[in-house]
Amino acid sequence: MSTPVVPPTITAPPSARAATRARRTGTPASGPRESILSRTSAMLIMAVFTLYFLTPIWWLLVASTKSRGDLTTTNALWFSDIQLGENLAAVFGYQGGILVKWLGNSLAYAGGGALLATLLAGMCGYALAKYRFPGREVLFNVVLGGVLVPATALALPLFLIFSEVGATNTFWSVFLPSIVSPFGVYLTRIFAAASVPDELMEAARLDGSGEVRTYFTVSVRLMFPALVTVFLFQFVAIWNNFFLPLIMLRDSALFPVTLGLYNWNSVVNQVPELRLYVLVGALVSILPLIALFLLLQRFWRSGLGTGAIK
Amino acid sequence: MSTTTLDAPSATAPSPVTRTRVPHKSAIAVFVLPFGVLFSMFYLLPIGYAVWQSTRVVQREGTFGPPTEVFGGLTQYRNVLENDAFWESIGRVLLFGIVQVPIMLGLALLFALLLDSPLVRGRRFFRLAFFAPYAVPGVIAAIMWGFLYSPNLSPFRPLTAEINFLSADLVLWAIANVVTWVYVGYNMLIIYSSLLAIPAEVYEAARLDGASQFRIAWSIKIPLVMPAIILTAIFSIIGTLQLLAEPQVFRTFTSSVTSDFTPNLLVYTTASVPNPSLAAAFSVVLALATFILSFTFLKVTQRKAFQ
Repeated sequence: MSTPVVPPTITAPPSARAATRARRTGTPASGPRESILSRTSAMLIMAVFTLYFLTPIWWLLVASTKSRGDLTTTNALWFSDIQLGENLAAVFGYQGGILVKWLGNSLAYAGGGALLATLLAGMCGYALAKYRFPGREVLFNVVLGGVLVPATALALPLFLIFSEVGATNTFWSVFLPSIVSPFGVYLTRIFAAASVPDELMEAARLDGSGEVRTYFTVSVRLMFPALVTVFLFQFVAIWNNFFLPLIMLRDSALFPVTLGLYNWNSVVNQVPELRLYVLVGALVSILPLIALFLLLQRFWRSGLGTGAIK
Repeated sequence: MSTTTLDAPSATAPSPVTRTRVPHKSAIAVFVLPFGVLFSMFYLLPIGYAVWQSTRVVQREGTFGPPTEVFGGLTQYRNVLENDAFWESIGRVLLFGIVQVPIMLGLALLFALLLDSPLVRGRRFFRLAFFAPYAVPGVIAAIMWGFLYSPNLSPFRPLTAEINFLSADLVLWAIANVVTWVYVGYNMLIIYSSLLAIPAEVYEAARLDGASQFRIAWSIKIPLVMPAIILTAIFSIIGTLQLLAEPQVFRTFTSSVTSDFTPNLLVYTTASVPNPSLAAAFSVVLALATFILSFTFLKVTQRKAFQ
């Protein structure tokens, strides 16, 4: 067996990370080597499931490049006559460019909502972790209960309340409920307790910095991985949220892209060209999230495990 | 619960501010109030409102009199108890959860362990490939799979012409596949990142003693990542009971998904009748059921996993 190709020089760096890496790539010295059989079956499992996970996305990509005729007549998993440009132009031009509006709405709901949610949850989690005040435990337990109450269960009561004040079918009816993230409070509390030392806060105090200023100039940096994780969680939750906009919104100019594409998809039988538009629109709508994940990968990978520490 | 974060330092070096009983009162208010107010408005108030709404019934004076809403006590809850469609939908999502959640988490755990073992090369690629479906919102995923399942549009027509995945018998499992496809990679990453947090020394001894990768995974890694598995399980249970987007989308592909297929679909249908009081009672019962189920699961597994 000559598979381990890691040069022995890798043992030179003293950092713990390098040691971990050596273990993960299997240096010859670190114990029994794995049999070819287990290596092969492991890789086989990974390969089969790669097909399972990527084929639908590949299919969507291929389908988006086809003309309406080719969509059903040619091999669905390979390109025929590529006309992605024409398709994109047609989709973005459809109904006066409403798809652009939907994407913009989704970005406003999810981007703005997640940003505010992170700000609020971070401050509250920090206070719960670093200060003692009456009602702290009660507050934390109520928030923890909130984590277990799913957002969809609140959609109908929220609708009833918003209709009481005549505010359904507005931007705010979807935006405002999205900026509350109990899970964010839970996560930032755990993270702040572990990563912001009391000595540091005391030092800032001696330097004459106010508590709020200390938070925004010092503590926020230490909590950054957790804050990015909360932002991503909330961004995805709002971007994917379906029930709340479905129940709140009537005016299609306010739709997020998921609800808009859902509406297109439900009239596919009456308007046949929409079939292709739904697919192209779906491709366009998943690209921002993929871009966001790749961009912030470094952060969320370190933050994801935090929630499970305690 | 760790309430000791400030205990140790304040015992040795008391805070210079002694005028007020609670130091930094205004700063704490600045930190806590914004979230607290919004949490009350958009979490607590809706829950209270739903409970209140669920005690209302509509009454008419005579057959043609104007309808008025009056207090009806637990009338709506009796209606919920007697509503077969509601309990059938609960049964359906429970069956779904009993089958789908273990499969999904089992796969997620398997992939996380494989990624963490020296058996697999190209970790970065597999991690991204398996996680990619999570970037697809539930509605879009359901639309995509709706096409893939359909007998005349699917790229796998030979298969979908033989087996109708959208038939009344199979559609629940067709939906289970969509949910699995979206969430396996996400759950895998949560488990994987807690595997990465285990220091290498923990397995060194086992490896030197000649333990196989399987043995290390079973006896060392799985017990250590149990908290992460429990976390993913709780989120999966909550998600299952709240199933809405996928079945709602599948209604446009097949008639075998009825308007009372899942509890949330029934809430939506009932609310559009409109019968807000009964819909509110459904919501309250559903939220309670979710809460009790995930809380019980948390308690039971914590006892098993940590003692």
